[in-house]
Amino acid sequence: MDAFIRLDAKAAPLPLANIDTDQIIPKQFLKTVEREGLGRGLFYDFRFDEDGREKPDFVLNRPEYKGVGILVAGDNFGCGSSREHAPWALMDFGVRCVISTSFADIFYNNCFQNGLLPVVLKADEVQALMEEARGGNHVTSVDLETQTVTAPSGRTFRFEIDANRKAKMLKGLDAIGETLQSVTAIDVFESKRALAQPWLDA
Amino acid sequence: MHRMLGKTLYDKIWDAHLVDEQDGEAILYIDLHLIHEVTSPQAFAGLRTHGRKVRRPDLTLAVADHNVPTEGQALGVAKVADDEARLQLQTLESNVADAGVEFFPMGDERNGIVHVVGPEQGRTQPGMTIVCGDSHTSTHGAFGALAHGIGTSEVEHVLATQTLRAKKAKNMRVRIEGETAPGVGAKDLALAVIGEIGTAGGTGYVIEYAGSAVRALSMEGRMTLCNLTIEAGARAGLVAPDETTFDYLKGRPAAPKGGAWEMALAYWKGFSSDEDAKFDREVVIDAAAIAPLVTWGTSPEDVIPVTGSAPDPAAFAAPDKRAAVERALDYMGLKPGQPITEARIDVVFIGSCTNSRIEDLRAAAQVVAKALAQGRKVAPHVRAMVVPGSGLVRLQAEAEGLDQVFTAAGFEWREPGCSMCLGMNPDRLEPGQRSASTSNRNFEGRQGRGGRTHLMSPPMAAAAAIAGHIADVRELI
Repeated sequence: MDAFIRLDAKAAPLPLANIDTDQIIPKQFLKTVEREGLGRGLFYDFRFDEDGREKPDFVLNRPEYKGVGILVAGDNFGCGSSREHAPWALMDFGVRCVISTSFADIFYNNCFQNGLLPVVLKADEVQALMEEARGGNHVTSVDLETQTVTAPSGRTFRFEIDANRKAKMLKGLDAIGETLQSVTAIDVFESKRALAQPWLDA
Repeated sequence: MHRMLGKTLYDKIWDAHLVDEQDGEAILYIDLHLIHEVTSPQAFAGLRTHGRKVRRPDLTLAVADHNVPTEGQALGVAKVADDEARLQLQTLESNVADAGVEFFPMGDERNGIVHVVGPEQGRTQPGMTIVCGDSHTSTHGAFGALAHGIGTSEVEHVLATQTLRAKKAKNMRVRIEGETAPGVGAKDLALAVIGEIGTAGGTGYVIEYAGSAVRALSMEGRMTLCNLTIEAGARAGLVAPDETTFDYLKGRPAAPKGGAWEMALAYWKGFSSDEDAKFDREVVIDAAAIAPLVTWGTSPEDVIPVTGSAPDPAAFAAPDKRAAVERALDYMGLKPGQPITEARIDVVFIGSCTNSRIEDLRAAAQVVAKALAQGRKVAPHVRAMVVPGSGLVRLQAEAEGLDQVFTAAGFEWREPGCSMCLGMNPDRLEPGQRSASTSNRNFEGRQGRGGRTHLMSPPMAAAAAIAGHIADVRELI
């Protein structure tokens, strides 16, 4: 996993609530056995019309938002299907941080497996960032170390994040490797389980 | 003397599976890991990259469900027309063969939708922890198992360690009390809950369902209720096991037998919330007040009784809410205030992990049989399809003659799979088509680009097929 320490990038406003993972990456792109290349399907139905032509009005298609690294989105971002293709698609497109008032559980969790930082701010702060992101071509900064988002105007907003998740994100740690440090505890648990619930190991 | 506060069912399952803690994060043992073709290939690839093995293939079960076609399955995977789908199915086949994981391939009578197969085989049992790379894993909570969806990185983690790193959620109890009216079932209860607390109302919680209306549900009904828990934002739903649960499990292929059955039964009976358990939030719903429900919009929380009408955006004071309602009405092709029974249906889909079990098919067939007796069939402009949740459900329905009822009325009787629930396989809506669907998500484009989905129960979907528009099933039964 890539570490996330600090990001200085363009932010794009996506002022819609309940953006679900079907919208982030529609099902026709899930039939892959790879993690890479999903960026082409990101927000596909927002970005392209029925004939596959770019919709010029959609924020991510506008020239001033090319190379966007941050999305500022409405409430309950990432609800619906558990597909990890959603963070993969965002990352493949170049997005490393999503800012919203809230995230759906599974999506939120998936972000931390991939070095995509989900930032929760208050409604008025998200609103302010969306306003400042309009027009593009401004740099918004997200600093995980200090837990702050700095808007183009210099206004700074502090966000909360679980200390443990933060530490792992800063280092880009592999969760499996970490868990395997507890392999003895897993062995012991399995032995006890086999004795207490023998029908489970048939 | 102070007494320890009682524990919830969720607390008890959590405590029973705690292996270790690292920096405030729990490592939970996983009793059953279900996998399918869409969310597992990158996990197996990750294992190979790091030279890791599947720790407990015996606690893992694989099916092919998301992108299988629902006809011609006997021809085998090699004949699946879609190149990418075929590659994904073949990748699963070789991955599980290498790892020694039990697998019910496409065409095997035991294959079907992962959340139908696990319970049907008796793999899903009370007090277990169950995960799968699919958000509707919440279904298995019907057995009093802690079951939820995970992402592919976590699939890899569970394959490698048979554990999951997790943070404990809060406890919510939803009590549904009283008797449901005729024509009202588990799907309506579930939609009523989502309508009540909203699509993010359960975020951060595990929901335990309780109350007399929940106790009265069959296992199929409880699975429908728990299945839709994720649409209320909660990862997992739970129903404490009781005699209904044990009766369902007894004799299933993977259920304990003989002396082990008695031992398991004693263990399972410990899994219920203590009288004095504390819930962070409690919601009470009156079952008698619930009418057959349908969704009008593009979020599962957009729920109205079948006697209701599409909302008027002008009635919403908040600008963002008003804009969202306008957008949803526009997408759905509905006018503000339009009675929902005016919505003309193009496609009826009875199936999905929400509603494709034998009881769902029986309930729908009962409505169809009533219509047939009145000389009525599927409306001429409607394509109606029934997709059983597994090969075994299909065989059971055929043994009961349900397929004959459906086909006599003009329904297609198809082979098992996720089918039109998610439009990843050949079954999908065309742009602008409107469906009456027993599935779980009415998101924009979910069932096919530009498709318009109205969620409802199997009897309501059957009634819509006959009427040709959304209809009140109570007028048919």
